[in-house]
Amino acid sequence: MSTTTVQELTAVTAPEPFWTRQRRLGVALTLLGVLAAAVFGALAPGETARFTLSDNAEGAAISINGQLGAVLFGLLTLAAGGVLLAGLAKRWSTLLLGLGVLTFVLSFLCWQVAGQFMPLVDILSGTVQLALPLILGALAGVLGERSGVVNVAIEGQFLMGAFAGALVGTMAGSVWAGLISAAVGGVIIAAILAVLSIRYLVDQTVVGIVLNLFALGITGFLYERLMQPDAEHYNAPPQMPTWKVPGLSDIPVLGPVLFNATGLLWLALALVLIIHFGLNRTRWGLRTRAVGEHPTAADTVGIRVRGLRYLNVLLGGIVAGLGGAYFTLVATGSFTKNMTAGAGFIALAALIFGRYSPFGAFAAALFFGFAQKLAFYLSAINSPVPSQFLSMLPYLATIVAVAGLVGRVRAPAADGIPYVKG
Amino acid sequence: MAERRLALDPLHQVQHRSREIPLKLELRGITKRFGDLVANDHIDITVEPGEVHALLGENGAGKSTLMNQLYGLLQPDEGQIVVNDEPKVFRSPRDAIASGIGMVHQHFMLVPVFTVAENIALGAENVRGGPLGWLDRRRARREVIETSKRFGLPVDPDALIEDLPVGAQQRVEIVKALTRDVDLLILDEPTAVLTPQETDELLAVMRSLTEMGKSIVFITHKLKEVKKIADRITVIRRGQVVGTASPDTSEDELAALMVGRAVSLEVDKTPAEPGRAVLQVKGLIVDDDRGIRAVDGVDLEVRAGEVLGIAGVQGNGQTELVEAVMGLREVRAGTVELDSENLAGLSTKRILRSGVGYVPEDRSHDGVVKEFSVAENLILDMYDSTPFGNAIRLDTSRIASNAKERVAQFDIRCQSADTAVGTLSGGNQQKVVIAREMSRPLKLFIASQPTRGVDVGSIEFIHGQIVHERDQGTAVLVVSSELDEVVNLADRIAVMYRGRILAIVSPDTPREAIGLLMAGVTSEPAAVAPVEEDAPVEEAAAEEEAGGAGEEGTK
Repeated sequence: MSTTTVQELTAVTAPEPFWTRQRRLGVALTLLGVLAAAVFGALAPGETARFTLSDNAEGAAISINGQLGAVLFGLLTLAAGGVLLAGLAKRWSTLLLGLGVLTFVLSFLCWQVAGQFMPLVDILSGTVQLALPLILGALAGVLGERSGVVNVAIEGQFLMGAFAGALVGTMAGSVWAGLISAAVGGVIIAAILAVLSIRYLVDQTVVGIVLNLFALGITGFLYERLMQPDAEHYNAPPQMPTWKVPGLSDIPVLGPVLFNATGLLWLALALVLIIHFGLNRTRWGLRTRAVGEHPTAADTVGIRVRGLRYLNVLLGGIVAGLGGAYFTLVATGSFTKNMTAGAGFIALAALIFGRYSPFGAFAAALFFGFAQKLAFYLSAINSPVPSQFLSMLPYLATIVAVAGLVGRVRAPAADGIPYVKG
Repeated sequence: MAERRLALDPLHQVQHRSREIPLKLELRGITKRFGDLVANDHIDITVEPGEVHALLGENGAGKSTLMNQLYGLLQPDEGQIVVNDEPKVFRSPRDAIASGIGMVHQHFMLVPVFTVAENIALGAENVRGGPLGWLDRRRARREVIETSKRFGLPVDPDALIEDLPVGAQQRVEIVKALTRDVDLLILDEPTAVLTPQETDELLAVMRSLTEMGKSIVFITHKLKEVKKIADRITVIRRGQVVGTASPDTSEDELAALMVGRAVSLEVDKTPAEPGRAVLQVKGLIVDDDRGIRAVDGVDLEVRAGEVLGIAGVQGNGQTELVEAVMGLREVRAGTVELDSENLAGLSTKRILRSGVGYVPEDRSHDGVVKEFSVAENLILDMYDSTPFGNAIRLDTSRIASNAKERVAQFDIRCQSADTAVGTLSGGNQQKVVIAREMSRPLKLFIASQPTRGVDVGSIEFIHGQIVHERDQGTAVLVVSSELDEVVNLADRIAVMYRGRILAIVSPDTPREAIGLLMAGVTSEPAAVAPVEEDAPVEEAAAEEEAGGAGEEGTK
């Protein structure tokens, strides 16, 4: 009797290695938990930590004994790490990871705030404000990279946007003219990036770096020659008005953060949604992703690969330029040399940490914004922890992300590779 | 106004034709030059409605260039494409599709991280919401299912391409073309990645498509398939049409037409005289680049003076197996021994120096340095040792004289030994690799896809060299996804499937049986002719080896 069998794929399954990603994360969280419970707990004074629900010391507050809080939250981190390490609750590993990180941060805060107060509204609105340009910059990156063009020139686009916004805003006396010019400023850099990398096949990272230097040089030069001598006529742009939504802005904590804000914040939030659904649900998005993953396949079904890449890089220029407008039209009120100070690179980090997706980039930008705000807060309360530790967080997080500790970051397959027909 | 907007919009829709006339295609005097090279020289071909028209030619004969012009990916320098007596100019694939011409490329044009339905919809998406271009995913799925039913090509619209086996990916490609309502389908080397069974299925699909009035241009260099399916055959050599033939032309005649002279399709060789086991692989486990198990417990033995062929569809672990033996990939578990000396963990350089010759499967990436001259490529593995040089300097005169010798000995056709290897034809590049690897005293010679992308003339020569090396007493391991090649060369055939050796069979085993093994179907051991254990040569070998071989044969 002849028996015929097809060798099944399951026959080749290898035994799962013991050190899965979850277990490795579990070890990391467990160590953080021990650090929090033991070190933070030991260092924390046994005084009350007050988290006020306003932007000052007044009003209702959540209070907890600093030492108790530090130990308690540290133990929770430890518990989350332990569950991961034991290989339990595999489906919830992302949630547990989030929980572990959150409780670690809370433990740290209990230690720091003990004997003091932390105004939550101020912290949150600071976080959102600092994250705002990062969100826009990272979205610009998403647009370019998902279509296959690496954009390390976000910093340059920020600077051009900030500069153009300040200059035209002042000269026209209109913040809206400033906003449009900022977008144009971003598009100029984007256009050079697009032409050099798509048309002339120059290495995209090199072009990006050169463009950053170019933007720094030209805005610095014009600032010194034009703006500084006559700031009144060239460098005093009107500021974006803060709009208060009646009713919604009275929601505790979140109300003043989200509904007593500039239109730029709402635009950024809207863009996160628009780009997310655009990429995943529309014809433009499908084609953009195809061009970023397998341009030859896109070409053979009649999609204009280069045209679509141009379109996306230029759209990204608009978004990044608007991000640049934040610096002069929202945050400070005037342009100064190299005022973006590396924010474009943090946006790039947010893009990668957020795995090239709009929501991911948004979350990463908020996280980095929070780290920056926390750094300001810590130096304001004379914390013994150097604020530089927190400033380095975005870069550290990106290294962690790229090293694959938080799951594999998979860039679009054709990212950075110019498309040549035939 | 609408026209203008359409022209400026890079996202605009491919216009569908609503036409039920069968398609007649004429290519008139198509000429395409790349610099000095004339890739297509005044080619005239007519494809009648409902026929399978085979385009037969060697690698580099200009078949793909011709088809890329027909599909709008390249534009001809001269000549005309005429569809139903109407001259057409195809500026992009969009124009070709609009005229009813579709193409399935040799390297599939599918986005791996997209679903089947997304890939099929791409470029011809159904959208709602006007300028928003909201994808109508339900309709996309439905269309895939409908087309797949109508033509009898089962595909799952929700599967991710990267999870599908190549055979299924090819069906997706065909469905993709058919949903675009094409009447002429170009299939570029469609059988290169298929098992013999999958090939038969494809041929049946082609037959049923032509019965529905579609025409097919079938590009290939495999004579057997051409004879099986084609209604008419056009043979192309060096960019020119050298003849048309009917399917009853004999294989030898077709081959002669293709190559330009009589060639022998069989390899001349005497029975093997295997000696001691030179390479012994036991329980080998290797992972691929993604960390997925590629070789899952392989036991192998290659004896002096025999050719062991590894047959299998590409991607079943052959590449990783060879790389692990060569020290190019980490050995997870198991042993690799050359004359009882452990190779696992040694550097590739040490392995090469201990008497192993290696022809890698990807010639242009791993076999040669294209920008280097023939002479330099011939000493890539010996540049730092006598007689060609030492740690500090190269002995250029020795290198030149060595090159002269090898070029003559291995019939490498090049202007001079100083020519960059990249400018040579595939066959001559491969001869450079083989010449280099065979110039050292060898115990073991490993050749992966030794004749991929190589012209028939060079194939003959290379096969001859491999058999010659065997006759010198070297153990030879040949890995090829071309079953014909394995059957012709090997003295024993190991069939590899999903990281395992399913069986070791004799080359006299019926092709169908080997084909089934390649598809992972194992039947009772008796159904497959095992290697003859009582071959007289076996007795000369050490007893334990005879026992080992017998065990493998019946596994």
